[in-house]
Amino acid sequence: MTERSVDSDLVIVGGGGAGLRAAIAAAEADPGLRIALLSKVVPMRSHTVAAEGGAAGVARADDSLAGHFTDTVAGGDWLCDQDVVERFVAACPEEMVRLEQWGCPWSRQADGRPQVRFFGGMTTQRSWYAADKTGFHLLHTLFQTTLRYPGIERYDEYYCADLLVDDGEACGVLALEIASGEPVRFSAPAVILATGGAGRAYGQNTNAGIVTGEGMAMAYAHGVPLRDMEFVQWHPTTLPGSGILITEGCRGEGGVLTNREGRRYLQDYGLGPPEPWPRPKAMELGPRDWLSQAFWREDQAGRTVPTAQGAAVQLDLRQLGEARILERLPLITDVARRFAGVDPLHAPIPVRPAVHYTMGGIPTDAEGAAPLAGLFAAGECASTGIHGANRLGSNSLAELLVFGRAAGEAAARRAREAGRRRHARAAAQLAEAAARPALAMLRNERGERVAALRDALHATMERHVGIFRNQAGLEQACADLAELRERYRRGVRLDDRSRIYNTEWLSALELGHTLQVAEAMACSARARLESRGAHRRDDAYSERDDERFLVHTLAHARGEAAPALEHAPVTITRAAPQRRAYGAAAEAAGGEGA
Amino acid sequence: MAGERTITLEVQRFHPEADEAPYLQPYTIPFSEGTSVLEGLQHIKDRLDGSLTFRWSCRMAVCGSCGCMIDGEPALACRAFLRDYAPGPVRVAPLDHLPIRRDLVVDQSDFLAKLERARTYLIPADERTPADGAYRQTPEEMADYYDYAQCINCLLCYAACPQYGWDQAFTGPAVLALVQRYDLDSRDAGKDARRAVVNADTGVWGCTLVGYCSEVCPKGVDPARAINQRKPASVADYLLGWLRPSGGEGTP
Ligand SMILES: Cc1cc2nc3c(=O)[nH]c(=O)nc-3n(C[C@H](O)[C@H](O)[C@H](O)COP(=O)(O)OP(=O)(O)OC[C@H]3O[C@@H](n4cnc5c(N)ncnc54)[C@H](O)[C@@H]3O)c2cc1C
Ligand code: SF4
Ligand code: FES
Repeated sequence: MTERSVDSDLVIVGGGGAGLRAAIAAAEADPGLRIALLSKVVPMRSHTVAAEGGAAGVARADDSLAGHFTDTVAGGDWLCDQDVVERFVAACPEEMVRLEQWGCPWSRQADGRPQVRFFGGMTTQRSWYAADKTGFHLLHTLFQTTLRYPGIERYDEYYCADLLVDDGEACGVLALEIASGEPVRFSAPAVILATGGAGRAYGQNTNAGIVTGEGMAMAYAHGVPLRDMEFVQWHPTTLPGSGILITEGCRGEGGVLTNREGRRYLQDYGLGPPEPWPRPKAMELGPRDWLSQAFWREDQAGRTVPTAQGAAVQLDLRQLGEARILERLPLITDVARRFAGVDPLHAPIPVRPAVHYTMGGIPTDAEGAAPLAGLFAAGECASTGIHGANRLGSNSLAELLVFGRAAGEAAARRAREAGRRRHARAAAQLAEAAARPALAMLRNERGERVAALRDALHATMERHVGIFRNQAGLEQACADLAELRERYRRGVRLDDRSRIYNTEWLSALELGHTLQVAEAMACSARARLESRGAHRRDDAYSERDDERFLVHTLAHARGEAAPALEHAPVTITRAAPQRRAYGAAAEAAGGEGA
Repeated sequence: MAGERTITLEVQRFHPEADEAPYLQPYTIPFSEGTSVLEGLQHIKDRLDGSLTFRWSCRMAVCGSCGCMIDGEPALACRAFLRDYAPGPVRVAPLDHLPIRRDLVVDQSDFLAKLERARTYLIPADERTPADGAYRQTPEEMADYYDYAQCINCLLCYAACPQYGWDQAFTGPAVLALVQRYDLDSRDAGKDARRAVVNADTGVWGCTLVGYCSEVCPKGVDPARAINQRKPASVADYLLGWLRPSGGEGTP
């Protein structure tokens, strides 16, 4: 049935920042490798393109690796694996310079050196940026750089439907060529998943439409546990309704947040005192989880501003002045004018939180290796342990580079050592079996529309697995998701039964994966009886509980049943858990406290 | 949905296995002040007709997926708003000049192949490593190429370019702008390697100075200016080519 096949040394699924960086690293490490790079969109359409603010890497004389380490661990509410964070912060600066040497137009100082900016939760200026289009420039630079390497063979617009696992080893993937709808088997002794996050499990989010979590779901279904899935980051400043992001860079430059009464309300949430211009780790530059939670409380107290698309607070850039706004925030100016009908030079932009980032994912070591031989993961789909319970802004783009590279190099070694064709016969059978359910869906005569199931998923996640959670809501969410998965199994009915460019079919396949990831999120949240970072409860577990829950969550798939959960230790090397504090409270607690 | 405004989208349909030729299909949908054309298409796909096929991803005008002809003009569907076409009907068709794969989906492989041939990546003069530190490049030096680095590869300029419409061999606006982006970068030494693509009949000389490409560009790239800037340089190269024994690829 799956006649077409591609044999290579390494398969990379995903053409975002992580996948491209991995491909370049593998090609550089071993120019003789045949690398198949698959992506469901042409690489420069990947979601990385939308990142605005910056990429972290120590750059200034007055900064230190220890500073980046401490901010990351404190920002992650001590759930970070500190050994991995140490390696990460040490590798970031080199990656930023390397990208510069590949042509990335980082914003510059007058003397020609790259410039760095403030970012939420970071003590000092350490985020490299390219105006407010950092992800765009990073992705295009990487994409264009891949054109130099003949070993990288691109398969653009191929949808990866399943991972092939034989005898406890990953040996390839089954993909559908979107243009024809034909199944194609990709075989290789090493597979890197770089498929991005799963933000589209929620309705209100900043993510592109393609961020649907397949990589996570495929690994999960093949026995790899998903780690720390309860930690989902809300970004505090997005456009109501669409969820389009208004970068944190706005606040880094000096934008302020006010409520209905015009008050800079963050001073009422332990982030003060308010000062006119940004101060690291205070007020508007506090961490995302705190800011999103503060919005929620303001809304409950009736102090938000109503808009046609729901409640909002106001992001006011006017004190920056026209020249600075236009130079530093050109994308945001255009987005606010076109999408919100507001000119930020003259009026505040209405903003509210929306889902932004998936902290959890496929667990990997510092080399990107997942707990399945031959399988690697990098980027937002991975859980390397650096983000803990709350990712700091600008650590993710840095992660794509650092761990994309590490995974590329490790997978290249594995590819050489393991050699091709070992699982050839099994792979062909596995691919055929993997293609069957996807093809069968085209023949379903009965079932529900994709959009109906997707809407139901979004409603449950928004309602019960939101910025604040509680036990009753999470029980409900787990029950709802079990039922939704059952409805999905009973059948999705497609209007479109043809193979060529059948995007309705693809979205139905995506939805199956997203449902599974969402269930892991809800069940992991239910099992964490404390509040930490982005996982915040308003029931009996509203405090952090280091005694019982300074641990990672691991969700193991159990087919149609809800996942089995276990907890595993966190690696702590040098920073013992402390209370997180920001603003003046942090200084009172002794300098570095937060 | 009482009191909601509605508008009719006439969407061009084509399925290569079922249709001899493209045809228009009308769909009437509700919209509000902030509804983009893309959201209109999504509404149709989700609620009315799942077979309507189009590309999209970021829905914020940065991934370059959703280009199409809206009332005859190349535009990003996510950045065009139905309010501006009311009372309608508004016509949505695939980008001009590119082969149609299905409905609004066009074939972008010609563009991608040209990008590869043109070597649009930094070709450094020396093998610099991160240990050598970042290049210095002043904001003024950056300004030389910065606008050309804003291209999101959306292909609106190809749909706008009459020359490309006549002759698909023409390298076209965005690729030439990207060549210029690297040629003008103070860190780059790859001009010679890219020269062949630019100077060919299908390179800058193919351009007949219509300038519509720059008008439709959603990112202010101004490919027409890039092509114009190249022409004098290209003449000089051409003459030098006559004087030198090998006019092709130089040795940097
Ligand atoms: C609006 C926005 C702004 C952000 N700003 C910042 C910032 O300023 N700083 C920062 O550090 N982080 C930022 N982030 C986060 C960061 O951008 C992402 O975490 C990161 O880009 C993810 O990159 P990735 O390579 O892991 O995945 P992506 O870029 O999402 O790429 C995933 C790739 O996998 C492919 N893929 C997925 N599934 C399949 C499949 N089934 N088959 C085939 N291919 C598949 C896709 O086609 C795509 O190529 C931002 C995020 C958002 C949403
Ligand atoms: S030059 Fe402008 S119109 Fe042409 S592809 Fe680039 S961004 Fe699109
Ligand atoms: S959807 Fe990305 S440019 Fe329109």
